[in-house]
Amino acid sequence: MLAFVLRRLFQSLIVMLAVALIAFAMFRFVGDPVNQMVGVDTPQEQVAQLRQTLGLDEPVVVQFARYIYNAARLEFGVSYQFRLPVISLLGERAPATLELAFMSALFSLLVGIPMGVYTALRRDSWLAKIFQTVSLVGISLPTFLIGILLIYLFSVTLGWLPSFGRGEVVKIGNWWTTGLLTASGWKALILPSITLGLFQMTLIMRLVRAEMLEVLRTDYIKFARARGLKTRAIHFGHALKNTLVPVITIAGLQLGSIIAFAIITETVFQWPGMGLLFLKAVQQVDIPIMAAYLMLISFLFVSINLIVDLLYALVDPRLRATIGAH
Amino acid sequence: MSAQPASPSKKPPSLWARILDSDILASFLRSKVTMVAAVIVLVLFIGAFFSPWIAPTNPFDPATVFLADANIPPAWQDGGDPKFILGTDDQGRDLYSAILYGLRVSLVVGLLGVALAATIGITLGLLAGYLGGRVDSLIMRIADVQLTFPAILIALLIDGVVRGVFKGANREDTALYVLVISIGLSFWVQYARTIRGSTLVERNKDYVQAARLVGLPAPLIMLRHVLPNVIGPVLVILTINLALAVITEATLSFLGVGLPATQPSLGTLISIGNRYLFSGDWWIVTFPGVTLAILVLAVNLLGDWLRDALNPRLR
Amino acid sequence: MSFKTHCLAAVAALALMCGAAQAQTLRYANQGELKSLDPYTVNETTTNAHLGHPYEGLTARGKDLKIEPALAEKWEVSDDGLKWRFFLRKGVKFHDGSDFTADDVLFSADRVRATGSNFTTRIPTSAKFVKVDDHTVDVVLTAPNPILNAQWDTWYIMSKKWAEANNAVAPTPAAATSPSHASLNANGTGPYKIESHQPGVKTVFKFNENYWKKIDGNIKEIIFTPISSDATRVAALLSGEVDVIEPVPIQDIQRVNASGNAQVLTGPELRTIFLGFDQTRDELLESSVKGKNPFKDVKVRQAFYQAVDIETIKSRVMRGLSTPSPLMIAPELFPTAGFTRAKFDAEASKKLLAEAGYPNGFELGMDCPNDRYVNDGQICQAVVGMLARIGVKVNLNAQPKAQYFAKVLKPGGYKTSFYLLGWTPGTFDSHNVLYDILGCRDVAGSSRGESNLGNYCNKKVDELTDKILVESDTAKRNAMIGEAYKMTVDEFSYIPLHQQALAWGVSKKVKLAQRADNSVLLYYATKEQ
Repeated sequence: MLAFVLRRLFQSLIVMLAVALIAFAMFRFVGDPVNQMVGVDTPQEQVAQLRQTLGLDEPVVVQFARYIYNAARLEFGVSYQFRLPVISLLGERAPATLELAFMSALFSLLVGIPMGVYTALRRDSWLAKIFQTVSLVGISLPTFLIGILLIYLFSVTLGWLPSFGRGEVVKIGNWWTTGLLTASGWKALILPSITLGLFQMTLIMRLVRAEMLEVLRTDYIKFARARGLKTRAIHFGHALKNTLVPVITIAGLQLGSIIAFAIITETVFQWPGMGLLFLKAVQQVDIPIMAAYLMLISFLFVSINLIVDLLYALVDPRLRATIGAH
Repeated sequence: MSAQPASPSKKPPSLWARILDSDILASFLRSKVTMVAAVIVLVLFIGAFFSPWIAPTNPFDPATVFLADANIPPAWQDGGDPKFILGTDDQGRDLYSAILYGLRVSLVVGLLGVALAATIGITLGLLAGYLGGRVDSLIMRIADVQLTFPAILIALLIDGVVRGVFKGANREDTALYVLVISIGLSFWVQYARTIRGSTLVERNKDYVQAARLVGLPAPLIMLRHVLPNVIGPVLVILTINLALAVITEATLSFLGVGLPATQPSLGTLISIGNRYLFSGDWWIVTFPGVTLAILVLAVNLLGDWLRDALNPRLR
Repeated sequence: MSFKTHCLAAVAALALMCGAAQAQTLRYANQGELKSLDPYTVNETTTNAHLGHPYEGLTARGKDLKIEPALAEKWEVSDDGLKWRFFLRKGVKFHDGSDFTADDVLFSADRVRATGSNFTTRIPTSAKFVKVDDHTVDVVLTAPNPILNAQWDTWYIMSKKWAEANNAVAPTPAAATSPSHASLNANGTGPYKIESHQPGVKTVFKFNENYWKKIDGNIKEIIFTPISSDATRVAALLSGEVDVIEPVPIQDIQRVNASGNAQVLTGPELRTIFLGFDQTRDELLESSVKGKNPFKDVKVRQAFYQAVDIETIKSRVMRGLSTPSPLMIAPELFPTAGFTRAKFDAEASKKLLAEAGYPNGFELGMDCPNDRYVNDGQICQAVVGMLARIGVKVNLNAQPKAQYFAKVLKPGGYKTSFYLLGWTPGTFDSHNVLYDILGCRDVAGSSRGESNLGNYCNKKVDELTDKILVESDTAKRNAMIGEAYKMTVDEFSYIPLHQQALAWGVSKKVKLAQRADNSVLLYYATKEQ
């Protein structure tokens, strides 16, 4: 078991290195950061000098090695645009993205699971069919359009909810900020969470439905029925409970992708999170931010994957056996 | 999802056998929604791929597009022009023609992208599942790396690489390939994981063991024996991914790395129309948007039906 | 009766007080972010305008862009034009309470020319700053320069003491390894102090009660947020969440004006949008014509010029909000009377092309940004259509500005055959246009023509340009400028298109003066209850 854990840890480290390498190698083609930093009328000697100070004239290998060395010490360099340490910029933006991701995940679970259960239990009712079709509409339009339409309806036409930003935020501790303690913060969270969570909601609804249908067919549910247990107890006590394990797993894995795909939602709602920072960085060829963001996201994915794998290994004796056999 | 314990069963019926066995036609005819969806998909595909003959104008030929015709509302509205049934966009292109041509571009991108993703994913999934060990770990870790890169980022990166490698390359010529490769590279993981999962189960079954004992080479066993038995779920992913690919393409257009505005896809049209949402020129975003939504919805419904029809336990 | 009057008066007073306390907060959203508070790092109109609230220069520009005294009360130039004497304003204090003196000017003059500054061209390298007394500074030049202080309104004066105490003597270098104090904090003499600053997220400005001058506006607090998405920015204005936005996409102007709670201030901008040709390579990079460069033939350039229907671009793409331009400079900066655009005439264009030896046209690539200027991508698309009608097939390469500039500017090797660009002379003076855009690129080591991407070259223009720099007689100078422009126009050096329009969205509660250089300066703003 220990060997397995160690091996997975080592693999994760390799993954992180690979991400860093690929990202770093490709950044060189995205554009010239120096062009973004200087004005049109900056003399060429200065441009060359800047390039030299940044180490951009050195071989890629040297640049990469320096980057890894610094990253290992949690130094991701200084943003070209802001001239501030990337780590503090990302740290400042992280709470916004994490809060948005959390709320949209919550939304997708709270709405998706009941809808999934309902559509599984009442497979042929018209409401279930409507749920299924309507949920598809949510994924039939690109996220940015859904966001704009929500803004148009709830901000411009009805004037109920804000169209941009986080509202009033409260500082907790040294670096965490939250919008959950103010009314305007809650209001500001609604539209972006729905926009971001709609896709996951559909996914979860369909997953729950499929899993429920499978579980309801298993022998032990049939047995429970035969024993004369109440339908309600069977559905919610046994079927749903068994359904939730894979659903939670998938939802956990989706959290990472929610954070990654928050880029669009954050752009539409000017949500001051990491995704918006990253997109701006891409447009401005701000390599330190791009690199650090990618490393962070891959770290997140790798950690979640690792935890899921380890949990499975602990829970599933069959998998444990295969692991031992390796 | 849940892997069945490897019971000492016989070789399970192959995909085609299952399709025939499942009275797939009967189940198709039973579901009215599916039939409607199929008809819609068929109509859209025909409209798209025969667009040069169906569309009244060629929106991709700048010599036939007149800027003076820009932003004309649909024919039935005040100020509309019967020449332009659904109105015109900001360059004076006939929106109806642009939608047909754009649909074709979107479908080509979607189909090629998904085909690429499936090819990569199925190959790697088979290898990982069948060979196991180091190969498996390597491929699955590559999958982890890949998940880090959202399609948007991949598109940005590949776009840059293409321009870096082919200096002076024009976006008009490269954008299509960039999108196809980006979609291919960001969607393959799902196929790989699915195939790997089922292959892990299949490879321990008697019929595979038997083939191995007979001395068949591994590639042949994978292709001839394992693949047909694990490909079922892939069809479902394929349909759903086609819908997702078309949406992704639209999103990339919004971020400025999609197809150029001179040869707009459905997504490009939507992101162009997006600019005119507040100005009252609603038709520029509405018609392409509705077309996209109908396409995605119909394809997804077909995917749903296919999944249920291929799943023997749900009948 | 009298009781009632009293009551009303009290209510009115109360309302006034409430109004006073509330109305003076102004919420402002711009497309771009405020990245750094260090005034010497990002040389860009929007950032300069933001930093014009906490900081000031020796000179300022008024609402009409005329140079006005600011931290320098007045200045005089010696007869030989080699010495400028600046008399500094007395009694001015920085936000931290310290006095503004000549030392701060000398310090700022060094800092703005130091490595890492993007404002080095504000002052000639050879200019010496000499402190005469605490409130007098001499600037000694090696050659006369009548436009020495033309850009000093955005050369902001920093406090020497503050910079030294906070380790911010050098401009925040791009390769800094630790955050610079000056990029997160500001200590100027301007009308607003920085209350809080979250880079790229939100910046709050508070009125400086000790400001040395009475300001036109009544805003006590400015909350600035960037909103990059056009639709969201407009939505925020329409829903009343912000009071001022810049820019309003031109297609949304009607919608904003119809909304009842906001309106759009429009006006001509000083930036000239134009199309340029590669006139230097012997063969175009991306063209079907091999072995020669069609743009070396003035007939081809004229054919392209006359194929562009600028009025339709104005009415359809720009929705009427552009001023077609005969010159490479805006009429506000140089009188364009006497110059007219060559007429739109596709037939004439076809004839010219045939005469030049291209009766069936040819094929070439065109580079264009799609997120830099107002509707830039659409303008290029329209041009592609118009050229198609004279038989020229254009392969449009419209890209985001990061990629576009990397390709076409000097560091990218000027890799373009035909392109769209915009230019505002930083000095608001024709010399800048003649030198940077119309000057020959062929002298090694000189910065002349660095933004002349296609290298249009006429030595006579260059000679005139050099004379224009040192000529201090305005009438003579203008005559020479006119002569130089005439030569470039006759040779169809470029296709000037138009000056685009400014479009600021402003709540009905706010009154705001619009400056033609697109600087949103909120000390001009008044907000009513």
